[in-house]
Amino acid sequence: MKLILRKRETVSRRAGIMVPLVSFIVSLAFGAILLAASGANPFATYGAMIAGALGSGYGLSEVLVKSIPLILTGLGVALAFRMRFWNIGAEGQLTLGAVAAAGAALFWTQGLPGWTVLPLAILAGCVAGALWAGIPAILKAFLNVDETLTTLMLNYVAVLYSEHLYYVAWRAEGYNSGTERITELAWLPRFFGRAHTGIFYALVLAVVLWLLFRFSRWGFELKIIGANPTAARYLGINIARNIVLTLLISGAISGLAGAVEVLGLARRLQQGISVGYGYTAIIIAWMAQLDPLAVVFVAFLMATLLVGGDQIQMRMRLPASVGVVLQGMLLIPMLAGNLFKEYALRLERSDREPAAQEEVA
Amino acid sequence: MVERSPVPVVQMRGITKRFPGVLANNHVDLDLYAGEVLALLGENGAGKTTLMNILVGLYRPDAGEIAVRGQKVTIHSPRDASELGIGMVHQNFMLVPTMTVAQNVILGMRDLPFVPDMVGIERRIREFSDRYNLAVDPRAYIWQLSVGEQQRVEILKLIFRGADILILDEPTAVLTPQEAQDLGRMLEVMQAEGKSMVFITHKMGEVMAFSDRVCVLRQGHVVAIQRTTETNARELARLMVGREVLFRLEKQPARLGNVTLALQNVHAANDKGLPALRGVSLEVRQGEILGIAGVAGNGQHELAEVVTGLRPITAGQVVINDHDLTNCTPFEVIRSGVSHIPADRMSMGTVGDMAVADNIAMKGYRLPPLSHRGLLNRRRILDFARALIQVFQIATPSPRTHVKFLSGGNIQKTILAREIDACRGLLVAAYPSRGLDVGATEAVRRRLLEQRDAGSAVLLISEDLDELLTVADRIAVLYEGRVMGILPTAEAKVETVGLLMAGADENAAARQTAREAFD
Repeated sequence: MKLILRKRETVSRRAGIMVPLVSFIVSLAFGAILLAASGANPFATYGAMIAGALGSGYGLSEVLVKSIPLILTGLGVALAFRMRFWNIGAEGQLTLGAVAAAGAALFWTQGLPGWTVLPLAILAGCVAGALWAGIPAILKAFLNVDETLTTLMLNYVAVLYSEHLYYVAWRAEGYNSGTERITELAWLPRFFGRAHTGIFYALVLAVVLWLLFRFSRWGFELKIIGANPTAARYLGINIARNIVLTLLISGAISGLAGAVEVLGLARRLQQGISVGYGYTAIIIAWMAQLDPLAVVFVAFLMATLLVGGDQIQMRMRLPASVGVVLQGMLLIPMLAGNLFKEYALRLERSDREPAAQEEVA
Repeated sequence: MVERSPVPVVQMRGITKRFPGVLANNHVDLDLYAGEVLALLGENGAGKTTLMNILVGLYRPDAGEIAVRGQKVTIHSPRDASELGIGMVHQNFMLVPTMTVAQNVILGMRDLPFVPDMVGIERRIREFSDRYNLAVDPRAYIWQLSVGEQQRVEILKLIFRGADILILDEPTAVLTPQEAQDLGRMLEVMQAEGKSMVFITHKMGEVMAFSDRVCVLRQGHVVAIQRTTETNARELARLMVGREVLFRLEKQPARLGNVTLALQNVHAANDKGLPALRGVSLEVRQGEILGIAGVAGNGQHELAEVVTGLRPITAGQVVINDHDLTNCTPFEVIRSGVSHIPADRMSMGTVGDMAVADNIAMKGYRLPPLSHRGLLNRRRILDFARALIQVFQIATPSPRTHVKFLSGGNIQKTILAREIDACRGLLVAAYPSRGLDVGATEAVRRRLLEQRDAGSAVLLISEDLDELLTVADRIAVLYEGRVMGILPTAEAKVETVGLLMAGADENAAARQTAREAFD
């Protein structure tokens, strides 16, 4: 008997569901070893995580709160990755989106009719994110500048600029940091604890992107560019235009994530807007295989892990680092598990000759 | 031929290997003796390369045994094979372009000192070069070398490692006729030293010229093993294809129409920025096939790219269907009705990780009925693909199968289906039958003639003179980026075309041919 890895001819639907599921179970087993090694009861700890994240209204609402920026940035990143444009600048795009939304709500919509403030603030966030992603897109499309470096470095520029604003330029009187609270006209309504209506933007966008990827000419072209740029050029697809257009949208979605963080959650520009959602988004996009609907589920899972991780610190009195390590530990088998989507593991008896009875294709 | 030792150096027994949906080798038995050249003949997808990849340890057989020099062995990797003295030159070379010949030769060798004695190594490479007729400068960088020279480096790599069982996978596919003859001489020297060679090919002429024995594979089975002297090309072709092959195509007289493609004094540079086309002028009319002959690297590649908008021109004019398309984008060229069968079918012609149906739709997806207002109609795409799969006889398990799982011939048929369906006036075909087996080659040529008879203009670039003489109506010869002459096929003699390919001007070529005929 021997185990054989055999490449799958097509990715079966069953594998698409079973692989992540089994990976998740393996992840839990790995995490259990880690917990046991640090002296905690794995079952109790997992119980505490689940109870903490999903077992109470508060926990659940916090999971939703964290899901919103994770879904949005995950979608933005997945969109760029579809055409193999390595946009790792979601963090900066989110931050500038937050800055622009706050700026619009605080200053730039003064004197305009009240009902325009919220839409304009959201629009400002999207535009800021789009422009921030547009810079590396244009550099890549016309000068072939490597996008990993430019998108990454622009993150620092955006984050430091936002700090300048809430520590210095836009700081409210009497505070060490943070702007004035934005006008209520620009608030996104909350419906469940701190969970706000930004979640609907995220869900609608996920469905729209899924449909576009599947059924639009644009989605088809993105896939060709991502899979084989030489063929794309030969087929007459305008690669430069697609890079710029796609990245404007990708950036706008991450900018939207920043905007709804400010308008729905913080309601001012302050420290804590940039906490790494834009980087977690990269993991989410990969784990979701760049599928927008899967992004929603993976982002929700990640949010659960984040909230649950915080909870076990409190409930189980585990050091804070265990929660973080556990999160990482859970991810590795899930990422590694993707191998089995492309390859099937078969148990074969070596003495049998499987070839003999089948026909030649 | 050297007298055979009683025990074969390589014995393969009952080798079976399957890939998803394909049984590549089915109980293959093969013996290789010392001092012989064994031709492994078969159509694309017959399992020749798979069988040899098993021998060099790139694949593990699902069943079967291998013995080398009478000893049963399990070959896990090319390194194991190398230790047994077995080496293979693959169709795609595995060289590092930015390193020198000598560096490439020793790359990956284990038993070298930390600082290798490069001078000594270069000297040994020169010795091998002289002995085996493999001229190449050990200090040259790979990127400076022609494809033929790169192939010599690959062979030197194996000899340097002491291989005495050499496998050459379609070695002449990338060679000029002259280089192919050099290769033949190298085989003779090796053979005289008692080395064994397996020569994978699907060209009958090479089998007859180079080999002592020939093993014919068809659909993963061995259908015949014979001494080359005891068979002939016709019999081999029949064994290979499984039926009688027509070597001649029916060809109607050309019905010429308007000028579809006109190039006027076109200049263009190659990828390195050096002049590749120097004042090319030619015309192709509706209903004719203009063949482009020439030794590889004389501007054919650039010519195809210039016509299809993939390469900018530095001077001159490109007119297609009476529209000036000089330096237009590929999209504008496609929109004016130009189809292109590119030389590189894997990296340019198809997207391997996408479905056959998607690949077939990659030109038509922009227009109804396949899409409407920016949205694709997935059902119609699938129906469209199914219809073309049938018409072009593409052997695929399903329209949803990824193209990379198809054989070379079926990948080419996928491109043909897409391009011929989208063709509205001009078809540019670059090496359309290169690397294809007899059956697929026949299908490709027939399609080109059909396009011509349907009133399209066809620009056919080929390195196969027989193909040009069979299919083309006129033949233009490119040499160093210039058109040396354009001859009607009916009047073209192989010798004249050959002289033009070597750079002689048209009158001189005609005179010389006439003189030889007179003598």
